Amino acid sequence: MHDESQILGYQPGNSFIYQLNATTKLVFMLLVSIACMITYDTRFLIAICVLSIFLFKEAKIKWSQISFIVKLIVAFMILNLIFVFIFQPSYGESIYYSKSILIHAGYFTLTLQEVFYLFNLFLKYVCSIPIVLLFLLTTNPSQFAASLNKIGISYKISYAVSLALRYIPDIQNSYWDISAAQQARGIELSKKASLGKRIKGTLNIIMPLIFSSLERIDAISTAMQLRRFGSKKKRTWYVTQSFKKEDYLVMIAAVILVLIVIVLWQLNHGRFYNPFI
Amino acid sequence: MTNTIIEFKDFSFQYDSQAEPTLKHLNLAINQGEMLLIAGPSGSGKSTIGHCINGLIPNIDTGNITGECIINGKNIQETNLFDLSFITSTILQDTDSQFIGLTVGEDIAFALENDCQPQNRMKQIVHRWADELGIEHLLKQAPQNLSGGQKQIVALAGVMVDESPILLFDEPLANLDPASGMKTMALINRIQKELNATVIIIEHRLEEVMSQPLDRVILVNDGKIVADKTPNDLLHNNLLEKNGVRNPLYLSALKKAQIDLNQIPDLTSVNALPDDREIARKLQNWQDKITITGEKEETHSLLELKGVGHRYNKLQVHPLHDVTTTINQGDFISIVGQNGAGKTTLCRIICGFISNEGLISFNGDDLKQYSIKERSDKIGYVMQDPNQMISQKMIFDEVALGLRLRGYEENEIQTKVYETLKICGLYPYRHWPISALSFGQKKRVTIAAILVLDPELLILDEPTAGQDWQTYTEIMNFLKQLNQQGKTIMIITHDMHLMMEYTNRSLAFAEGTLIADTDPIKLLTEKALIKKAALKRTSLYELAVKYRLKEPNTFVRAYIDAERDEKHA
Repeated sequence: MHDESQILGYQPGNSFIYQLNATTKLVFMLLVSIACMITYDTRFLIAICVLSIFLFKEAKIKWSQISFIVKLIVAFMILNLIFVFIFQPSYGESIYYSKSILIHAGYFTLTLQEVFYLFNLFLKYVCSIPIVLLFLLTTNPSQFAASLNKIGISYKISYAVSLALRYIPDIQNSYWDISAAQQARGIELSKKASLGKRIKGTLNIIMPLIFSSLERIDAISTAMQLRRFGSKKKRTWYVTQSFKKEDYLVMIAAVILVLIVIVLWQLNHGRFYNPFI
Repeated sequence: MTNTIIEFKDFSFQYDSQAEPTLKHLNLAINQGEMLLIAGPSGSGKSTIGHCINGLIPNIDTGNITGECIINGKNIQETNLFDLSFITSTILQDTDSQFIGLTVGEDIAFALENDCQPQNRMKQIVHRWADELGIEHLLKQAPQNLSGGQKQIVALAGVMVDESPILLFDEPLANLDPASGMKTMALINRIQKELNATVIIIEHRLEEVMSQPLDRVILVNDGKIVADKTPNDLLHNNLLEKNGVRNPLYLSALKKAQIDLNQIPDLTSVNALPDDREIARKLQNWQDKITITGEKEETHSLLELKGVGHRYNKLQVHPLHDVTTTINQGDFISIVGQNGAGKTTLCRIICGFISNEGLISFNGDDLKQYSIKERSDKIGYVMQDPNQMISQKMIFDEVALGLRLRGYEENEIQTKVYETLKICGLYPYRHWPISALSFGQKKRVTIAAILVLDPELLILDEPTAGQDWQTYTEIMNFLKQLNQQGKTIMIITHDMHLMMEYTNRSLAFAEGTLIADTDPIKLLTEKALIKKAALKRTSLYELAVKYRLKEPNTFVRAYIDAERDEKHA
């Protein structure tokens, strides 16, 4: 059942990525995600995919920690790709200016160009999801807040975001506790009950979860105000780290990646890399 | 020269949400450098007094104020919360919920961050206080992973950085094991001495707080100050039990032996009592008069544990392991030991909340094959926090939930629910929404909701934590009755007297190991065991030792038997 290896949240570690400044990681994540969003250059996307999967390995994150969220994202991704295809199966030929038919099916005629386009979309997911997950799992939420504040976001919002991140594991834990308590009252949520019953039973957990979370929010906000949170326009951060050589290198790398995207834009005359002409 | 730092003048306060004033015409003056206790039952208004001193009233908890409350020269109605926070530092009851930082160091620095202190200065201040309080080695840890006593110290360090003149402790002992409670009190006393701070402790556990010298005790009941005396005067005055606060045990024992308390000059601790042959003789006589009831006859086993354990993660230093014991039908068992020793883990294992090593059988049946729900037909578990259990709006529905899920007829449900509500003293409230209940009443609703399912074994996680004396007595007597009707009961507790008075067997845990399984009174005989499991002898034992009674344990047993007889007479 629940133990720490299933918790989706920051846990201290000691690989290279953990040592980086949170601001560095935030900037890297934002720049690289934006770069991947803009470009459809397959070569670039493949390179970033390899990089992000390599970084993921490097961080030594356990599969059990992320399995749930990854499955969820994959499900949405597949759904998304299917819908993109259904709405305009001919989009691929219009952007690549050529048409090589793979399967004849009237409106749903599948072209090599469309497959290539969908493959690029798929690559975009594979590029950015590991990087975002990596950021969430390797960044101390307090340092995250400090870095948000550093790039100009109000400290109240920064702190709210970091508290929210911090409470994901807590809420997961109370969810398990409450779920067990409700099962002990007679709601069968184990595999011995049908799926419908289990979904209905889960609804019974929501009420106490909301109430116990509200109570916790109330307690923490009182505690924060008693220690003067919000009394001044600014605040300092105990955990702020100074920039090290590695941080500058990573930032430079991110900027270079963005520059590459711009150069590719020039070379490809647009967002798309076209191998068909 | 004394200097008044807190002054209430004909002060009344009514919360916006309440129909009656919570505090009524309060007059109270507290001097700089005093250490005092505010005691009283739940709902007496003692916490409300605390909220006035730290500015939560009227800044967060709004309501109607008449009269004046002046804190360090400032009227609370004209001062904002942030300014008051430099004057009063508050340590909340539930330390877990007040930790904001991810590490101990960061949490201690929280107030400094909000004051815009530069990072190197923060580090310096944090290290100074961590060093002062002996938690330097914990600075990089997550506060949630500390023991109860350590959490209390971290919370204290987090407010000490303000160096404010008033320290306010809201029930500091509620969640601590007995040994940590004593240490915390000693620490509070030391800090008070060193800084000449004004220390205000809100607690109903009078005896534990009085282990350190107090200047005054303010006894509050029903929104009024009933007594404002030195501890010694208060104890001579016989006001405590009338106002819902438990007397120190040694005093109750002296009274039972018909010793005139007015003849004893200093009642504040067992050590302060006079060396008087007459007192010793009277105590011994009383002890000899009590006939000790015999122990239970033969039993049959209900729950068997063999090599049971659970490890939450690889980093856990002392996972629960290798617990082997047999719980018999009709046992009333207390599970005791330091915070984090594995007590709650064991209960969760038995109920199937978490997986386990080893073998558990119930009435000879291996439990492994059963889901949580199936186990719940036989084993009822009442969690420590009632808010995690309650899922319905109305009391009746909450208690009926388990029966409805099991497909009982609605009229049968009504009969059963009413019957259970009557046993739990909740029948008059059967049509009430749960939100209107006090914490203690909510706790009883959760007990009722489990009881209605008629489990053979009932497990309760700290049923009396944070409850005042009256609720405590009600809940425990009610459990005692159930036990006498044949229910097997296991409770987790930190209360040594409760353990001895109500339970007939104790399982003591330390660092994930079951270190003792014995009669509760015998458990508190062995010094090594007491230390290992972070337990504490009660003052009854100390009293017997002081007056050189023949068998201190027999004296304790005699007291408990006398107490039981009075309650059930």
